Amino acid sequence: MSDGRMIETKTFLGIPPFPVAAKEALADSQLRGNMHHATHTIRTKRARVTAELPDWEQLRVAGADIKDDVTANMGRYLVQLEESLTKAGANVHWARDAAEANQIVIGIARRHKVDEVVKVKSMATGEIELNVAMEKAGIAVWETDLAELIVQLGHDLPSHILVPAIHRNRSEVREIFMREMGKVGMPAAADLSDEPAELAGAARRHLREKFLRAKVAVSGANFMVADTGTLVVVESEGNGRMCLTLPEVLISVVGIEKIVPTWKDLEVFLQLLPRSATGERMNPYTSTWTGVTPGDGPQEVHVILLDNNRTKVLADEVGRQALRCIRCSACLNVCPVYERVGGHAYGSIYPGPIGAILTPMLKGVGVSKQIDSLPFASSLCGACYEVCPVRINIPEVLVHLRELVVGSHRGGVPGTLMTTMKGASWLLGGGWRLGLLQKAAGLSTRVLWKNGVIGRMPPPMSRWTDARDCPAPPTESFRAWWKRTDGGRNDAGSAGGTAGKGDQR
Amino acid sequence: MTCLNDTMFPSTGQATVRLLNRLGVDVEFPTAQTCCGQMHVNSGYVPEAIPVVRAFVDAFAGYDAVVAPSGSCVASAREQHKIVAARSGDRGLVRAVDELSPHVYELSEFIVDKLGVVDVGAYFPHRVTMHPTCHSTRLLGVGDRPERLLKAVRGITMVDLPAAEECCGFGGTFSLKNPDVSVAMGADKARHVRESGAEVLVAGDNSCLMHIGGLLTRQQAGIRVMHLAEILASTEEVA
Repeated sequence: MSDGRMIETKTFLGIPPFPVAAKEALADSQLRGNMHHATHTIRTKRARVTAELPDWEQLRVAGADIKDDVTANMGRYLVQLEESLTKAGANVHWARDAAEANQIVIGIARRHKVDEVVKVKSMATGEIELNVAMEKAGIAVWETDLAELIVQLGHDLPSHILVPAIHRNRSEVREIFMREMGKVGMPAAADLSDEPAELAGAARRHLREKFLRAKVAVSGANFMVADTGTLVVVESEGNGRMCLTLPEVLISVVGIEKIVPTWKDLEVFLQLLPRSATGERMNPYTSTWTGVTPGDGPQEVHVILLDNNRTKVLADEVGRQALRCIRCSACLNVCPVYERVGGHAYGSIYPGPIGAILTPMLKGVGVSKQIDSLPFASSLCGACYEVCPVRINIPEVLVHLRELVVGSHRGGVPGTLMTTMKGASWLLGGGWRLGLLQKAAGLSTRVLWKNGVIGRMPPPMSRWTDARDCPAPPTESFRAWWKRTDGGRNDAGSAGGTAGKGDQR
Repeated sequence: MTCLNDTMFPSTGQATVRLLNRLGVDVEFPTAQTCCGQMHVNSGYVPEAIPVVRAFVDAFAGYDAVVAPSGSCVASAREQHKIVAARSGDRGLVRAVDELSPHVYELSEFIVDKLGVVDVGAYFPHRVTMHPTCHSTRLLGVGDRPERLLKAVRGITMVDLPAAEECCGFGGTFSLKNPDVSVAMGADKARHVRESGAEVLVAGDNSCLMHIGGLLTRQQAGIRVMHLAEILASTEEVA
């Protein structure tokens, strides 16, 4: 038994809108250093192992096609999956939302009269904040993935899909282990160093006690095979294998989009996922289980199929491609924004580019400033789309969501940007209007010049000029020059003149 | 010409005209043109982009080729105009966009693919590094065309830009909505430019250059930023 000891789980509640949270994160030089090092290491490994496969691009297309087939025929595959699972001896539960899913898990745990469960790393249970619900019900949850353990013991929040403690370095991990492990179980050795092997050893001893004691395990799944009823967990540490085989009862909470139609389809994803995620050719542990096998492993198997607004995403023609996501994190590791601010600024279990589209779609736009800020947390550089193993066009979905966010605020008092955009729309509807604007800009900003640039200015222009000079508008626009010189035909001066003369930079 | 070049960087436009004239192209500037509408679309204002896209197709319809010294604006014309047109519900606009967008070229694409020229006869005796720009490389796929054109310039010394493929952080309204992240990205880009040892940073988009250049001048780095067209237009007489 857990002796009533448990760790209170932190939530993302109260995280400010992205620009504010990002500003705080940018000021944390330790975080910046940790993030730069970690993302560049994984990014480089991924690039190397994907480049060595001659059919990588075909694999990406195949991955996208299989997932698109699943989303297009979701109803049929779900029914098939339920039949396969039931035939294999698993109990299938349907959860419309987080509350329903959490209640089902708590109900099963209570029926077995346990006050603790061990857990395999899972995004779906993070999404529904299962740990918080379990704690409220008096059931301790022990995260067994090393990084999840670091986050949990540190009373911290995950900041990466695959490497939730990416924002921590090894000396910080050592401190957390020394301080916290003894409070909830096997303490770390007094002379623990910050050598990765020693830290892993401390975690192993701490977790071993919990693996051997637990009666109930909770997991997610990377894939669910519709035609066989097989669930698949892909991992690196073996903690998942322990949870999936030792306890008597196994409860898996899985988003409905995790379906693949056939066992053969795994061939595609088991190549795409490890290479995209950790930059390895193969992950160390792949566990598959099909219902109950008598005398081997958990004898009571539950699968909770989670909607939690996935069917709403399915209804969005542009956004539904996000349901292809296999949670590899390649988009996070390559994202220049994520790399600099880390995951917490996104205020969600799903950070980075994929989080910036998934979170608003799963939670809805127009209800929170924090969520509405996410689709704008991108420079639209496209690096995420380039690496995505299932070809999710994240920039396309970001732009689509920006329109939904703007649309959700139409009808009220127009803000500064709305007014600007409407004004610009009128000005840019005709060339002569733009010409007038150019003349006005050239004249009105003349007083601000110094050596051809405009220095610091008051808000809102300070957003640009606090750190960057602004080029001064030229004395003559291109349009005016063209008209005056007939496209340079009557002008020996500027048309043939020195490059950079016409403008002032 | 793009609204940004027209308004803020006329020398890029003049260089483009001079360069294309030198290569034997008959250049026109339809004065009805304004903007590609990308700023509206990328900021979530698709309905407001409809009149802008309409002005674009009205201004450019009927020409053999529409050439712009901007990878970003060309990508908008090729990728976004059809989305805006579809949203307008105006079949005429949809048809006009479908007819026009295959004829819209980024400058380096036009020179290398349509004119079949790599050595444009330019002379530029300086150390130059190039920021490839995200929209040119990832959206348009211009590949190494700008680099091939630059390498053929006489007198030029091209030096590598560390982490060249990384975004500079401009991102349109991103630079104002998320100024701190934008500047953090730009500061790294500016540092890489300084580390390259170049005298001049070149790119195919003045939007990126306005951002990186604004950081470089604030830092008094002593490095000029120039549009690709300006280097390619330079000759012994006016280098």
